[in-house]
Amino acid sequence: MNENRIRYKKNQQMIIVVLLLALVTYLSSVLTDFNILHGLATLPEAFIWIFSNLVVTEESLERMPTILDKLVETILMSIAATTTATILSLFLGVMGSKSVGTSKLLGILARFIASLSRNIPVVAWALILLLSFGQNSLTGYLALFVGSVGFLTRAFIEVIDESSQSAVEALQATGATYIQIIMKAVIPECLPQIISWILFMIETNIRNATLVGILTGTGIGYTFDLYYKTLNYHGVALVTVSIVVAVILIELLSNHVRKVIL
Amino acid sequence: MQATTHMKRRSDGRISIKSGNEVQLIMQLTILILTVLTVLAFLFFDYTGLDIQRAIQETAYNLKVMFLEPALSHFGWGEAIYQVGITLGLAFLSTILGAVLSFFLALSAATNLTNEWITKIVRIFLAFIRAVPTVLWVLIFAIAAGLGSEAAVLGMLFHSIAYLVKAFSEAFEEVDKGIIEALRATGAGWWHIVVHAILPSTFTYLMSWTFLRFEINFAVAVAMGAAAGAGGIGFELFMASSFYFDLREVGMITYMILVLAIILEVISTLLKNRYFPASIKN
Repeated sequence: MNENRIRYKKNQQMIIVVLLLALVTYLSSVLTDFNILHGLATLPEAFIWIFSNLVVTEESLERMPTILDKLVETILMSIAATTTATILSLFLGVMGSKSVGTSKLLGILARFIASLSRNIPVVAWALILLLSFGQNSLTGYLALFVGSVGFLTRAFIEVIDESSQSAVEALQATGATYIQIIMKAVIPECLPQIISWILFMIETNIRNATLVGILTGTGIGYTFDLYYKTLNYHGVALVTVSIVVAVILIELLSNHVRKVIL
Repeated sequence: MQATTHMKRRSDGRISIKSGNEVQLIMQLTILILTVLTVLAFLFFDYTGLDIQRAIQETAYNLKVMFLEPALSHFGWGEAIYQVGITLGLAFLSTILGAVLSFFLALSAATNLTNEWITKIVRIFLAFIRAVPTVLWVLIFAIAAGLGSEAAVLGMLFHSIAYLVKAFSEAFEEVDKGIIEALRATGAGWWHIVVHAILPSTFTYLMSWTFLRFEINFAVAVAMGAAAGAGGIGFELFMASSFYFDLREVGMITYMILVLAIILEVISTLLKNRYFPASIKN
């Protein structure tokens, strides 16, 4: 009897949630002028178009050196943004952590900076920086850097707070200074996780770099945009394929590193 | 990191005190390589037309104008809220459609529900989808399927599926084996198991993951508006900064996005703490 009632109530809750979602879905489609039937109907056509037009031809292969050059620039930009952001984020992470943080005020400050740089979209940073830094690699680098700081700081705070405190306590007992504790206990303890997050951030940044590149006119994103706007679809295909290959290679490499260190 | 019981010796017979520390070696190597690449990056950057001192001063001034004197000038508040609504709508549609499709794909990607090779095929397919940046998906669909919200939603859908299938299938794999076995013993079919065992025990979990993706998709929708012409507040942001050079409007739009993003982040942090075990937080 009682069990039936509980089950009935649970079912009712699920139905309410589903109905509510259906309502919001309907409202969103009206608002954005989205027609799912039309979307589905164009899908086969879209794929036929993709497979017949987005093919790499020999002619487009001639552009490979330029594309590779830009691809390398993009990858280096992503790595540089991540590593330099890591240095700042480590400071902010230690400041913002509850277990090894120095003072409450600094902790709040670190979390505030992280939240600001994470929640203002990379697009906004890119557009703002573009105004005064102009169309060069540094603009893209800085936009990625700011976004990475926010993300990595949050990750590092979590890693530090969840790591074991025994090494910290042991060093405290020996009378080690604060810097010594951080350098010899906290960082080594969290290093595998930290490296894993760095690798993750590099992968994310390479994808984001394409987006930032389209906006700021740098790197592989700019190359893509150029081909896209001049309707050179073989070029578009070649750029896409080279990004895919680069991302998958880097993912495989970092998965391998992760497997060993974690 | 298993303790080795035997002693490794070097070629000259001395005991190698660094033995068994592949982990340390790989970590040091990773850090070294990344450092070298970073230095190389700064050497090879293209610095055309850059006057660093002026650029920093100007950016500082721009940021001051943006954040201290925000104002709307090219459109009113009603229009602004409507544009934010469009961005939220795009994010919501791609999330909810992604969640429904991911549910079925995840059933075929969970190792305890299907055989191994289907799982492998689905995973390879997803790895490919993830490797193409969202903006490229949206732009490619914009030419293949015609401009409009359909292209944006389809493009964003792809990455949502890649993300949610991974999360969902991991949730399914954690369902108590006993429940599935008990149902199988009564002669229940595959669909019975899904509807009566898998779905009820993972429902709240699936909803939380879907919301986390919604938070990400909001940021993606803003980006797609700016970079792929998908409309919404992101497009207004792009217009304000690249066409009107109106920093006050850029500031106001940034504030609007910031407030929404923080609200979404707070909700998803609450959901994470409530429904997720500490071990799988990211």
